[in-house]
Amino acid sequence: MSDMAEMPVAVAVLVGLLVVGGAALTAAGCLGLARLGTFYERIHAPTLGTSFGALLVLAGSAVYFTAGGGRLAVHEVLIFVFVSITTPVTLMLLAQAALHRDRAEGSDEVPPPIDSDAA
Amino acid sequence: MSATILAGSLVAAQIMLVLAMAATAYRMIRGPRAQDRILALDAFYVNAMLLLVTFGIRTGTTLYFEVALAIGLLGFVGTVALAKFLMRGEVIE
Amino acid sequence: MSRILPYPALAAALLVMWLLLNQSVAPGQMLLGSIVGVLAALAMAALRPEKPRIRRLGLVLRLVALVTIDVARSNLAVARIVLAGGRREQTSAFLHVPLRLTDRHGLAVLACIVTATPGSAWLEYSPARSCVLIHVLDLIDEQQWIDTLTNRYETLLLEIFQ
Repeated sequence: MSDMAEMPVAVAVLVGLLVVGGAALTAAGCLGLARLGTFYERIHAPTLGTSFGALLVLAGSAVYFTAGGGRLAVHEVLIFVFVSITTPVTLMLLAQAALHRDRAEGSDEVPPPIDSDAA
Repeated sequence: MSATILAGSLVAAQIMLVLAMAATAYRMIRGPRAQDRILALDAFYVNAMLLLVTFGIRTGTTLYFEVALAIGLLGFVGTVALAKFLMRGEVIE
Repeated sequence: MSRILPYPALAAALLVMWLLLNQSVAPGQMLLGSIVGVLAALAMAALRPEKPRIRRLGLVLRLVALVTIDVARSNLAVARIVLAGGRREQTSAFLHVPLRLTDRHGLAVLACIVTATPGSAWLEYSPARSCVLIHVLDLIDEQQWIDTLTNRYETLLLEIFQ
């Protein structure tokens, strides 16, 4: 906490805005996870946190450490690249698993496989 | 002045992230199906990671970033394994 | 060249990642990172995936800019939908989109873009019919979504990969 007090006010405001904005977006996404009605609607919610939610929080951290610590912040870049690449993969796998399970149970809420008939 | 601004916004961000974690935990407990729980677990991991980043800013140490990366990795592998399990009933085919 | 270092871009990316992780450009770290990169490239070659051919590098930057703008826009849209609560009418739906893109790498990139954008998710692709099933959270105009997908992204990806 020692270098916090020496930081210019403008930088502090910028970091604060980025971090709060990112956290707010992530929270909105997770609220959607709790609120939306069906699984296929809920699958859209976490991408809020992993796209711009994470981007803003990590950008805030990068600005803070670059301005205050004298170190060029690079770990944040790595974390963001990793999160933004892996999340679509997990979501697609989960969606396919859910489709597969719903079809196996004969649910009429999901469309039939594309190959099976004239879809 | 800037210390107050930073500390205040960090606390606000942390409260929001904890609320987000509570929402995902609710979905994890409530279900209703296995895929909902796994989706919630994945979001939970991401929230925990972002919370750790805010802790890192607060304490000014870079140690937290390595932990955040490790959490991200474990979350990815765990979710993929669970999704695979849902699809086939086996993790390794 | 291709026998010793089958995937030069992959090896270079791993080296950069290694250096970023260690936060140093010391010769020792360079050496270790290069070893990791080359070994991973050799392991990748053992799997023998077909190599992506990126035709026009300049278009990749344009695609990244386009995706960033769209993701930002749909972030706000989805946040608004969630915060508006459950009183809105049901507007989420499944949607079939026919595609002209058949390159595997192009399809993978398109799938990641669609899923990473809040408000749309890629569910299933049929190579036989070259048709994709997506789920859209806020579907107002079906044709508009199909147009966005095919004109905005698919055309670019076709130029980059095929």
